[in-house]
Amino acid sequence: MSHPHALASLEASFVDAFEAHAGLLAKNGTGPAEALSFAAAPALRRQALNRFRDLGVPSRKNEAWKYTNIPEALAAGFAVSPADPPSDALPARWRDCLLPNLDAHLVVLVNGRFSSAHSMIGDLPEGVAICGLETAATVRPDILRRHLGRYADWETESLTALNTAFARDGLFVYVPKGTVLEKPIYALHLPAANERLFLQPRHLLVFEENAQARIVERCCGLDGEATFTNAVTEIFVGERAVVETYLVQDPGDEHSVVSTTHAYQEAASTFSTATITLDGKVVRNNLNVLPNAPHCETHLYGLFLPAGDTQVDNRTLVDHAKPDCVSNELYKGVLNDRASGVFNGKVFVRQDAQRINAFQENKTIVLNNEATMNAKPELEIYADDVKCSHGATTGQLDPEALFYLRSRGMSKRQAQGLLLHAFAGDILERISIEPLREMLDERVTRLFGE
Amino acid sequence: MALLEINNLHARIEEQNILKGVDLTVGAGEVHAIMGPNGSGKSTFAAVLAGREEFEVTDGDVLYEGNDLLDMEPDERALEGVFLAFQYPVELPGVSMNNFLRQALNQQREHRGEEPLPAGAFLKRMRECAALVSLDPQLMSRSVNDGFSGGEKKRNEIFQLAMLEPRLAILDETDSGLDIDALRIVADGVNALRRSDRSFVVITHYQRLLNYIVPDVVHVMADGRIVRSGDKSLALELEEKGYDWIREEAVAA
Ligand SMILES: Nc1ncnc2c1ncn2[C@@H]1O[C@H](COP(=O)(O)OP(=O)(O)O)[C@@H](O)[C@H]1O
Ligand SMILES: [Mg+2]
Repeated sequence: MSHPHALASLEASFVDAFEAHAGLLAKNGTGPAEALSFAAAPALRRQALNRFRDLGVPSRKNEAWKYTNIPEALAAGFAVSPADPPSDALPARWRDCLLPNLDAHLVVLVNGRFSSAHSMIGDLPEGVAICGLETAATVRPDILRRHLGRYADWETESLTALNTAFARDGLFVYVPKGTVLEKPIYALHLPAANERLFLQPRHLLVFEENAQARIVERCCGLDGEATFTNAVTEIFVGERAVVETYLVQDPGDEHSVVSTTHAYQEAASTFSTATITLDGKVVRNNLNVLPNAPHCETHLYGLFLPAGDTQVDNRTLVDHAKPDCVSNELYKGVLNDRASGVFNGKVFVRQDAQRINAFQENKTIVLNNEATMNAKPELEIYADDVKCSHGATTGQLDPEALFYLRSRGMSKRQAQGLLLHAFAGDILERISIEPLREMLDERVTRLFGE
Repeated sequence: MALLEINNLHARIEEQNILKGVDLTVGAGEVHAIMGPNGSGKSTFAAVLAGREEFEVTDGDVLYEGNDLLDMEPDERALEGVFLAFQYPVELPGVSMNNFLRQALNQQREHRGEEPLPAGAFLKRMRECAALVSLDPQLMSRSVNDGFSGGEKKRNEIFQLAMLEPRLAILDETDSGLDIDALRIVADGVNALRRSDRSFVVITHYQRLLNYIVPDVVHVMADGRIVRSGDKSLALELEEKGYDWIREEAVAA
């Protein structure tokens, strides 16, 4: 699929789909894109589309996409549409995607559309809004106008431009100044189509100053036809806000996902996020954080456990634009079968960003000769008074440790399971939502243990 | 029938021959000491008995309770009652002592057709065995050997021995790096674990451990072979004359 004609026709198919649905997308200025603040509304989608057309579908010639072949992942063909209204019928097993004992505000997105039939938001503190992005365009156009499209970079990222051109629905969360959301939000993104769909949810999460919240977003597979999800998430973390997000990906091995997140931090805020990939066909996560004021704290955690032919590509950027911030990044992976993993983590410290402490580490265990890992940690520092470190290691389970356990009577599998558990434990122990931690703990055990 | 019967054992790693024909017979309840200079193959010998796969056995055979030991996986050997106290115990960050021991012990119990030990009984057992070698019970909630002092690591090996109740315990330089007080604690622990149906192979570089753990037989290993065997007085003789004496004999032989 790297053939230029094939690429061109792929791009043309998106443009054609756009034209075919132009009327629906315009919809008299009530859609989310029409609430974007920085451009004349009706023209914006077309601008974004044109930008996509200029940038093209990312190919492997582009250094940033060297290991993840998007044209190939798209080759099978996916129907591009702005998504029909969500169907109320879901296979009963969607409930398997819930977490037992989790008391949360439940948001269900089916094929990228907010499903009021399945969501259970429950009572919310004064002023808090949790709904679909499309609804938000009507109920909180002010928030959309202030934040939507402010952080995600559709000017240079082709898939973000594509998402912006088609954006219609997704998760919307707004937590006003000084409000603490006690219960976590559990947002399920369920690809459940009976045709091959190209899905483009657009999420906006806004936490004003001193707000506190925890959000779990999970892309959970229900079999069905293969899908390709191109999701874009924008997160605003206001002054002294404390925000914890989790992205859990287990869409199933027929489903591909590109998830692009842009988080923007104001002064003295804390943003912690964990990206956990359990399966999928091709999974690419672009995580960008901009602590754009002093005294910010940023924690990026990752755990990827692919098996089979799953490809997981994590690309992160922490852009330290302002002084006196701390960032800490730890990504751990275990690759089995023919799985492949990529970690490309960049920490950027701008010239005026003095007294930055930035740590980054990636550790991967490769269980099988056929599994491959590419790790590229990058530090780019233009300030002189900084403390930064980075490192990446890829290896096998320590044979000495395995032998020690087996010499005490444990089977090879049991010993492997115990060591992998210990390895993943560094990430698992940082998960503050107990039912989520338990589910993942169980997944780690089930994947490699007894 | 002897518990352990080793004939003409040869083993190598990469292209290097390390064991060059070891013969050894250990009866039930006996304590055998193996002494010898550094690099003579003592740890290799212990590792081959425990099933370390990096070493390739090129000749000879090992019968354990009449069965071919070399044919068993390391965990099978452990389940059949072979225990190795490591010269360099491995650190396992993130694996708690508690979980490690529970899994190991329950594997052994399952193998014997017993139910897993209930939590209360397990804790009680753990406390008793820890007391045997004065191991701080606080260590049970820590990761295995992670950040343990040298002495704690060695005592942890004997503690595990006490928990798992093997029939053949191989102690690889459990005494090295211990001060005299710690040495006594370890030796007292081992002595308390001596039984008529439990044999010990005690590998040591120095004679002093054998003042406390009194062996039935002393063997001297040099250049991958047992070059001399005798009673406990052989250890004293070695202490006096040094290993050069043996080495010269080995070369002359
Ligand atoms: N993993 C290994 N790789 C290569 N050589 C080894 C290895 N382990 C041991 N040896 C060699 O085998 C010989 C015996 O070592 P070892 O069994 O540790 O002796 P001892 O315990 O008596 O000091 C030494 O020459 C040592 O260098
Ligand atoms: Mg040794």
